[in-house]
Amino acid sequence: MSIRIHIENCDDSFPCPEGSNVLRAMECLGRRGIPVGCRGGGCGVCKVRVLAGEYRNETISRACVSVEEEAEGYSLACKLIPEGDLRLRVIGKMARSFDATRGGFHFYGTPSAASHRS
Amino acid sequence: MAMTGVLRPGHVALRVLDLEQAVHHYTEVVGLSEVARDAQGRVFLKAWDEADHHSVVLRQADEAGMDYMGWRVDSDATLDRLVAELEASPLATETTWIAAGEHPHTGRRFRFTIPTGHSMELYAHRDVTGCATGYLNPEPWPDGLKGMAPSRFDHCLLYGDDLDGTVELFTRILGFNLAEQVVAGPERLQIAAFLTCSNKAHDVAFIRQPMKNKFHHASFLLGSWNEVLKAADIISKKKVSLDLGPTRHGITRGETIYFFDPSGNRNEVFAGGYIWYPDKPTITWTDDQLGPAIFYHDRKLNEAFLSVVT
Ligand code: FES
Ligand SMILES: [Fe+2]
Repeated sequence: MSIRIHIENCDDSFPCPEGSNVLRAMECLGRRGIPVGCRGGGCGVCKVRVLAGEYRNETISRACVSVEEEAEGYSLACKLIPEGDLRLRVIGKMARSFDATRGGFHFYGTPSAASHRS
Repeated sequence: MAMTGVLRPGHVALRVLDLEQAVHHYTEVVGLSEVARDAQGRVFLKAWDEADHHSVVLRQADEAGMDYMGWRVDSDATLDRLVAELEASPLATETTWIAAGEHPHTGRRFRFTIPTGHSMELYAHRDVTGCATGYLNPEPWPDGLKGMAPSRFDHCLLYGDDLDGTVELFTRILGFNLAEQVVAGPERLQIAAFLTCSNKAHDVAFIRQPMKNKFHHASFLLGSWNEVLKAADIISKKKVSLDLGPTRHGITRGETIYFFDPSGNRNEVFAGGYIWYPDKPTITWTDDQLGPAIFYHDRKLNEAFLSVVT
């Protein structure tokens, strides 16, 4: 029986093969909802918070998820291995560093707000 | 003009989340060779055509990203002169000497922080252990190469806030030149600077971005577009995380592909570009043409390429 990942933000769900990380499962199905970056637990754009379900995390960069956050269910989808159905909220964003349509370089909030750290 | 002063990017030191996975990536996928390990557990590597002892340093840490980049200068006299100028400038902060031998086969290094928050080093000595083909009647390339097998570590692209300060430090103090730039808006604010200390289109590049001390990529040189395509095959064969490419940059004209190491640090391998001379005018790109400036074929801005850093 396959595991289902439910993404709360867009009220969408997709299956995840056993042993696969959530981001890879999403990408393999051509689905969207979680931003895709390095796929290596280093950049933080795929940051999520697990609201319900069993899982384990592979090694993630502490610049993206602190020990305290990890204890509160924050994770990186590219390092998140479900061990049953999961409900997630997507936290990470592609911080738009450049907006050509508005003719210039844009700072999105303060440096800390523009970063993926929360 | 003979090349003097700062000669080249000599090393890049990267933080990785799992050392053995990283060593596997940089040796089997990228195709560098491991040349040493030290008591701190750092791993030193080099590309096949590099003469000096090492050019890439990996350190296991709980965050990915770049620790520092090092620049080889032509002599001790140059090192002392540049250090005096850096010490006297408000642009260089957290200045410190690192003792000879802290990196294996390497002399004293002077470390400082630049206005965009990155740590940089200058050094004048590193033992020449030789390239893989030697210097007497050499073959054009060695046997036993693995992975993409670049000939050298070439440059880094870094993100930070005070681009003006960093460009001033590199041009006014370290003697770099501005080969290419990107400007934005009616006030033509400089948002990217491609700096050269040599005959290359860039030895380091910086992008203006609100966070300090961010790492976009470390790049390695291949011999041809065909080798870039083969690198793309290797990325799929070895199930490496692909970022973008193969494609061509408008900026610097390089033929390129981007991918990530297992800790999420971005790598590039590239070929081509042009030879830069000190009398070449600076090339300027405007933000309305940023699509083809960055990816000449696709001509579109790519959010992941622009936003994903470690
Ligand atoms: S995609 Fe970079 S941390 Fe997951
Ligand atoms: Fe590059």
